[in-house]
Amino acid sequence: MLTVFLQFLFSGLTIGSVYALVGLGFNIIYNATSIINLAQGEFVVIGGLLMWFFLDSCQMPFLASIALTLLSAGLVGLIMERLTIRPLKTADMLVMIMVTIAVSIVMRGLLMFKFGKDPYTYPPFTEAEPFMLGGAVVQPQALWVLGITGACIVFLYAFFNLTVVGKAMRACSFDATAASLVGIPVSRMIMFSFILSAIVGAVGGISITPIALMEYDKGAMLAVKGFCAAIMGGLGRGRGAVLGGLVIGILESMTAGYLHSGLKDAVALLIMLTILFFRPAGMFGNAAVQRLKGH
Amino acid sequence: MTRGHFIALALLAACALLLPLATDDSYILSLMIFSGINAIVAIGLCILMGSAGQVSLGQAGFYGIGAYASAILSQLFGLPVVAAICGAAVLSAAAAVILAVPSLRLKGHYLAVATLGFGEIVYIFLNEFGPGGPSGFGDIPPFSAFGVVITESRHFAWLVWSVLILLIIFSLNMLNARPGRALRALHGSETASSAVGLDVVALKIKVFVLSAIYASIAGSLYAHYVSFISPSSFALFYSVLLLMMVVLGGITTVWGGVVGAVLITLLPEPLKAFEELDVLVYGMILTLSLLFLRRGIVPMITERFSSYRENRSA
Repeated sequence: MLTVFLQFLFSGLTIGSVYALVGLGFNIIYNATSIINLAQGEFVVIGGLLMWFFLDSCQMPFLASIALTLLSAGLVGLIMERLTIRPLKTADMLVMIMVTIAVSIVMRGLLMFKFGKDPYTYPPFTEAEPFMLGGAVVQPQALWVLGITGACIVFLYAFFNLTVVGKAMRACSFDATAASLVGIPVSRMIMFSFILSAIVGAVGGISITPIALMEYDKGAMLAVKGFCAAIMGGLGRGRGAVLGGLVIGILESMTAGYLHSGLKDAVALLIMLTILFFRPAGMFGNAAVQRLKGH
Repeated sequence: MTRGHFIALALLAACALLLPLATDDSYILSLMIFSGINAIVAIGLCILMGSAGQVSLGQAGFYGIGAYASAILSQLFGLPVVAAICGAAVLSAAAAVILAVPSLRLKGHYLAVATLGFGEIVYIFLNEFGPGGPSGFGDIPPFSAFGVVITESRHFAWLVWSVLILLIIFSLNMLNARPGRALRALHGSETASSAVGLDVVALKIKVFVLSAIYASIAGSLYAHYVSFISPSSFALFYSVLLLMMVVLGGITTVWGGVVGAVLITLLPEPLKAFEELDVLVYGMILTLSLLFLRRGIVPMITERFSSYRENRSA
C-alpha cells in the first residue's frame, strides 16, 4: 500500500519538476515583459528532440550534445524574440498572446517536419541499475531530473539576485520606464529573458526524455501545465512556480494511479480553474502585491 | 445597419441561395456547409475579440459540447433535433458562465489560458466518457424541424447559411445598439466606462456567453450534418484554426470572421501539395498575418475602398 503510494509520489515529483521548469520559464518572460509565452512548452520539446538528434543521430559526445542543444534552444528563443516579439512591441496584449501561439504552431510544424510523429528517447545519463527506496523502484534518471531542476533553481536564484544582468532584468519587471532611465537597455533584457527561458525549458526536455518519451506535439500540454504551476504559485513568483509544479506532478500521478489514467491531464486543468475561482493570486502568493501589479 | 452591411448581406444571401442550385457536386456543397459552420463560430469569436478585447482558445470546447450534447440528446434520449440543439446551447452557455466569471474578474491573460484549459478538458472528457470513446459514435439523426427532415446536402447548405445570415444580422444589430456602444466604450477605456456606470465585467461575460452559444449551435449543425462525430474534431487545433480565421479576416467586424472562415476552410485544397508541412503552413499564415496584416483582410479592403471614394469626391 505504502509502496505503491511512494512509487506514485516519486514519479509525480519527477514529472512535476519539469512542470516547475516550464513554470519558471513562464515567470522569467512574464517578469520582463508581462507576456504569457504560450510557446514555452515547445522549448521543452526542442530540448528533448534536439538532444536526441545530437546524441543519437549525430553520435556526438554527451556533454557536447547538451551544450549544442542548449545553444540551439537559446538561439530559438533569440530568433523568436527578434522576429515576432520585438516588431510587435507596441501591439496590445491580445496580439502578443496570439503571436506566441502562432510561434508555437510554427515550431510544432518544423519539429514534425524534421522528426515526424514518432516519440523519441535516448539512454539515461548514467548506466546505474534502478534501486529500491522504501519498497518503491527509483530510476537513477529521476534523481538526475530532480538534481538538475534543483541546480537550475539555484542558478536562477543566484543569477537574479547576484549578477548585474539578473538585477537589471528584475528592475525591468518592476518598472520598464524607470529601468531605462537609469540606463538599463530594456529591449536587450527582454531578449535575454527569452533566451534564458528557452534554455530553462530545454534543460527540462533534455533531462526528462529518457524517462518520458518526447514527441513533436507535447508542447501544448506542457505549456498549460507549466502555466498552472506558475499561477498556482502566483504568476511571476519563482519559488511558487517550483512548488506548484511539484504539487501538480504529484496530484497528476496519484490520479493516474488511483483513479483513472485517462484523467491524468485533466487534473492540472481542474486545479487551474479552481485556483482562478478561489485564489487568483496563487496558493502561496501575496494577493495585495498582485493587485498592485495589476495582472 | 449601414448601406455597406446591407449590400454585403444581399450578396452573401444571393451566393448562399444560388451556389447550391448551380452545382450538384457534393464535395463543393460540403465545403460550402463547412465554411458556413466555421463562419458561425468565427463571428462569435470576432465579437468576443474585436468588441470585448478578450481571446478564447477554447471555442472548440463549446463546439464540441454543442455537437455531442445535441447528438446525445437527439439520438439516445429521442428529443426533437431543434430541442436538442437548444439544450446543447444552454449547456454551453452554462459552461461559459462558469469559465468567464472567475477569469474575467482578473486582468491580462487569464481568460486565454483558462479557455485553453477548458477546451482541453472537454476534449479529454469526450475521449474518456463520450459514447464510443476516442473512436466516436454515429447514427446521429439528420436535422428536422416541424416534420421536415433535411437529408439532402443542398438543403442543408441552405439551412446553415440561413442560420449564419440570421446570426450576422443579429450580431450587427446588437453591435449597433446599446450593448455594442457599451462594448466600444469599454474598448476605448475600461476605467471611463465603469465611471459612467457600465458593468464592465458583466458585459464581457455576456459577450463570452454569446460566443459560446454561436459555437454550440455550429457544433450541433455539424453533428446533424456529418451524422458521425469523434473527439478529434474538437481538439485544440480547431480552436487555433478559428483564431486564424478571425485574425486573417479581421477581428473588428463580423465580416472578417465570415471571410476568414471561408478562406481557411478552402485552404486544405491548395495545401494538399504540401502534405506533411500543413501544420507549418498554418503556423506561418497565422504568424505572418499577425505581423503584417495586423488588422485583417476585411478592414484593410474597406479602408482602401473608403479612401478611394474620398479621393474621387475630393
